[in-house]
Amino acid sequence: MAEIILRDLWKFYDDVEAVRGINLDIAHNEFIALVGPSGCGKTTTLRMIAGLEDITAGIIEVGDRIINDVPPKDRDIAMVFQNYALYPHMSVYQNMSFGLKLRKTPKDEIERRVRAAADILNIGELLERRPKQLSGGQRQRVAMGRAIVRDPQVFLFDEPLSNLDAKLRVQMRTEIKKIHQRVKTTVVYVTHDQVEAMTLADRIVVMNEGIIEQVGTPEEMYDAPQTLFVASFIGSPSMNFLPCQVEAENGGLAIRLTDNLSFAAPPDRGDRYSPYIGKPMLFGIRPEHISDKRPHTEPTHLDFTSDVVVLEPMGIDTMVFINVGETEITTRSRPRAVSQVGEPMDFTIDMAHMHLIDPESEKVV
Amino acid sequence: MSFSTATLTGSSTATLTGSDGREVVRNKVPVWRRRKAAANYIALLPYVFFALFPFYIMFITSIKTDQEINNLSNSPFWATGIATEHYVYLATNTGFFNHWFVNTLIVTVAVTVISVSIGTLAAYALARLRFRGVELFGVAVFITYLIPQTLLFIPLIDVINTIDDYVPIRDTYWSLILTYPTFLIPFVTWLLMGYFKTIPVEVEECAYLDGCSRLGALFRVVLPMAIPGIMCAILFSITLSWNELLYSLVFIQDETQKTISVGVITELIRGDIYYWGSLMAACFIGAVPIIMIYGFFMDYFTSGLTAGAIK
Repeated sequence: MAEIILRDLWKFYDDVEAVRGINLDIAHNEFIALVGPSGCGKTTTLRMIAGLEDITAGIIEVGDRIINDVPPKDRDIAMVFQNYALYPHMSVYQNMSFGLKLRKTPKDEIERRVRAAADILNIGELLERRPKQLSGGQRQRVAMGRAIVRDPQVFLFDEPLSNLDAKLRVQMRTEIKKIHQRVKTTVVYVTHDQVEAMTLADRIVVMNEGIIEQVGTPEEMYDAPQTLFVASFIGSPSMNFLPCQVEAENGGLAIRLTDNLSFAAPPDRGDRYSPYIGKPMLFGIRPEHISDKRPHTEPTHLDFTSDVVVLEPMGIDTMVFINVGETEITTRSRPRAVSQVGEPMDFTIDMAHMHLIDPESEKVV
Repeated sequence: MSFSTATLTGSSTATLTGSDGREVVRNKVPVWRRRKAAANYIALLPYVFFALFPFYIMFITSIKTDQEINNLSNSPFWATGIATEHYVYLATNTGFFNHWFVNTLIVTVAVTVISVSIGTLAAYALARLRFRGVELFGVAVFITYLIPQTLLFIPLIDVINTIDDYVPIRDTYWSLILTYPTFLIPFVTWLLMGYFKTIPVEVEECAYLDGCSRLGALFRVVLPMAIPGIMCAILFSITLSWNELLYSLVFIQDETQKTISVGVITELIRGDIYYWGSLMAACFIGAVPIIMIYGFFMDYFTSGLTAGAIK
């Protein structure tokens, strides 16, 4: 059993705060993705778990053991680095067996485990090669193989796919997911790519400026972001934000975006939104929730018309950029339903998926 | 310029066969490319001549008889025959082979082992460890390296005399083994510091997670990766020790303790009499080991010096 517990974890580099008192419980065999922009503290957190950085304050527990003062070699943790960090002077086999050899594992046992890992990763024919004779994707596999053979309590990934080209990245992403399904173990995966986090993780941890903004399943992150940051970070293309005002209207509430554009708020949110009537607020809606005009299947589906500014065909859908007031927003339509640039087009917005954000606290209300 | 050699010698086959069996007629090498290659070699010639001429004179003079050397009507650039008398003289009348060569070898090996071991550890510490004053240490090492030997030998004489009160090292090559590292360790440290910085930290960190202690990671992972740099340090150390003149001139008077560089100028130049033939023979033999080492390890040498310049 190896759950990881971070308690009030701080990291200072001289005066710079990299991690500011975070708390996190990671369950046994859970796949956790730490995601956030560069400098948000996600890699620092990972390196503290690995033992490569000292912990300024707070504790880290791995499997019921506080490991603050345990040197990395005794933590039983394996890490896959962004630049693979293979030992260039060793063959693939030696790279993979290095950790086992240091732990004085019997030779035939090493052989068995390396072969097994090589089978999982499809690198059986490469065992005698040197790292420099391998392609980027193969190196990535070896780096993972080196971690798998050790059968560690915890796997750490530090942006393992960011050095690969786009196609290979998608392929290896699936590969990592498969491997985790086969080799059950606790995984902490650091990435700045929210798509990677969404596709791989059981739960996502969004970090920003050294603190945890939100923890949740990929669905929760997408459907119910709790802060402006999470709302803007998760989802691609990212959510549209428009200044708005909440108004009382016909016994319900309405969201006023411009002088002549306002939408009725979903009826079930009356209590939630009524304290904000009259205040300047932010209205958030994802591009996929504004489409070309469709039949209304829900009462929250509302129509409006706007001029097309730019079209971006993506194949399956076309991104249509329109202006609402002074703000340009992105909408997502079926390719055959879009108007030409400069011409008016009818849209349907699904207000059930709207978010209301208090710009002062930057919280979703 | 690998293509130049190929084009100059002219690739013999005008047709090639592709993997699908089709014949491919090779295009002619453009004239401008041939001209460029020729120009490269022509441009190199004066330098090659300039660099090799001293060796040539050294060798050609060493195989002449004294008579031929002293006869001013002969051309100094050719020899009319091959005479071994100067080599025989070195072997029989001087300590060249018995003492100087052996001493130089001992000093060089000992000094290189000491300087490279200490310098490697120092360089690793300065490049990798984070401790208070690490940058100051680095600068201090550099400044030590900047102090000219010609100033340093005076206080070093005092040091040697003081040590000599306890251990007899004055007037022996042990004084050289003790003093050469004073300029070699800073040099090796600086050279290797740069090299260690080019080795990705992640590889080392990975070794820690794999179960290495810091020393384990140093010996199993970092040093094997630093071999080109260390080879370069060894080569430099060998060259500088082998060629060193000033300290051995100042510290050693005993003929049996001399190194080649001092032995040659003190025993083969007597006042205004130059034993030209033997002098040249001694210089030639003295230069051969260095030439051979560089011949074998040139690749290491260049890769060590330019490491990190491009990746």
